[in-house]
Amino acid sequence: MTDLTVRLHSASLKLGGRTLWKNLNLNIAPGEFVAVLGPNGSGKSSFIKTLLGLHMPTAGQVHILGGTPEKARAHIGYIPQQKAFDRDIPLTGRDLVALGVTGTRWFAQFTKPADAKRITAAIHRVGASRYADKPLGQLSGGEQQRLRIAQAMAAEPQLLLCDEPLLSLDITSQQQVAALINDQRKLGTAIVFVTHEINPILPMVDRILYLVGGKWAIGTPAEVLTTERLTKLYGAPVEVLNVHGRILVVASNEHALTEPHDAYHHHVVHDEEHA
Amino acid sequence: MDYLNEPFAQHALLAATLVAIMCGLIGPFVIMRRMAFAVHGTSELAFTGAAAGLLLGGHPVGGAFVGALVVAGLIGALGSRERERDASIGVILAFGLGLGVLLLSFYKGFSTQATNILFGNIFGVSGGQLALLMVVGVAVCLTMLVIYRPLLFASLDPEVARAKGLPMALLSGVFLVILALTVTEAAQVVGTLLVLSLAITPAAAAHRLTVQPLMLTVLSVVFALTASVGGLLLSLTFDTIKPTVFITGISFGIYLIAYLSTLRRK
Repeated sequence: MTDLTVRLHSASLKLGGRTLWKNLNLNIAPGEFVAVLGPNGSGKSSFIKTLLGLHMPTAGQVHILGGTPEKARAHIGYIPQQKAFDRDIPLTGRDLVALGVTGTRWFAQFTKPADAKRITAAIHRVGASRYADKPLGQLSGGEQQRLRIAQAMAAEPQLLLCDEPLLSLDITSQQQVAALINDQRKLGTAIVFVTHEINPILPMVDRILYLVGGKWAIGTPAEVLTTERLTKLYGAPVEVLNVHGRILVVASNEHALTEPHDAYHHHVVHDEEHA
Repeated sequence: MDYLNEPFAQHALLAATLVAIMCGLIGPFVIMRRMAFAVHGTSELAFTGAAAGLLLGGHPVGGAFVGALVVAGLIGALGSRERERDASIGVILAFGLGLGVLLLSFYKGFSTQATNILFGNIFGVSGGQLALLMVVGVAVCLTMLVIYRPLLFASLDPEVARAKGLPMALLSGVFLVILALTVTEAAQVVGTLLVLSLAITPAAAAHRLTVQPLMLTVLSVVFALTASVGGLLLSLTFDTIKPTVFITGISFGIYLIAYLSTLRRK
């Protein structure tokens, strides 16, 4: 099955003596959108690092595009957590995108016209043409994250790995950036999207990988995000609430299991009080 | 200016040009990687190496190279994170400088040799030393050309660069060695105490004027050349004053102009 984008076969990862996940089986097809959920420290980011070949699985196999992650690297795009760049970083938006195409090339050379075209096209696709030539450090978080998508997509990857790309963005930017990432599937790119907040991407997600304390569950959102399934996974009573089409995962003692800085959750609860 | 026909002045001019290109090339990366203190640390310890070289057999330049490389190795081994790195540089610098003073107190030769190490004596560079400087300088410049793009990626966007499979530790290591070699060469021109005037100031001035990496590098090299060669020529005209004085003066002047001309924009 070499036409699979990602294939994990009974893969396990241990870091610092702690098992993050064990005997994980997961196949991801081209164009599929898989969200990775779970509490802090459950190994979501480590899952992405394993797909990047930065962590080796302690057991089992990880194949990307039919080979090792290292071999597939040129075909993997990566969008890190939204972290503001230094205000005076010596890069324009276009330079950041260009690094995604030419940054790994040894021997100094001028940018080839074909590469310049790809860079401009990638910037255009994310709607960043207007501000791409401004200093990167002076752009907003949402603008910087759009350029990050362009940077990852300019290399035309077949797999796009996103590690909490919506963190610290306002709600409008969250929706725009999520929609842009979702758009990339049209090119056949498979997407793995790590998040602690499923709601902004819920309509886009094909399947969810839910990691909790060494255990995991995989399935469509309707299959995984149920009271029974998550109670089993957490090994503690958990309730899944559907509030106006938004999913909330709550412990029976009424503390949300998502992180306390989960702005979206508070927003929903706030709306409820005024309803 | 009649001096320009003399070999000593031609040697000096060649060395000043080469050193300016090296410093101009590494300066932007020193700023991006926040390594100004590492530059200062390695140059101070190039002094210790030079003092040891002088004591052991009259090889201050060779000693300085060894000293700077040892320090680069120590910096690389002791701390990879920025805060840790700065602290370890401080520790090494203080001890190493003390060692240099001790070594120098054993030295019974001309005391001007010591001031030459600290403040530079480009006119004293011999033919053999110049050949060494040229070989090292050309090697550094070529290496910078080879690693330019990956180093830029690793310096400005480390998370994605690592994800793309760039060898981050190797790049930092190579850059540390390049930095140590450049600092040692620059110390021959401006002295170990004033290396920053060529390795940081031109890049800092360029950083005020542009955010484009390529333009930053070009401007940094042009400013370093202006200061280095300009300072040398001025000191040939006013031959009682050391070139170091003119070089640091021009370098600071360029920075001041860049700073003032962009004051309203920033």
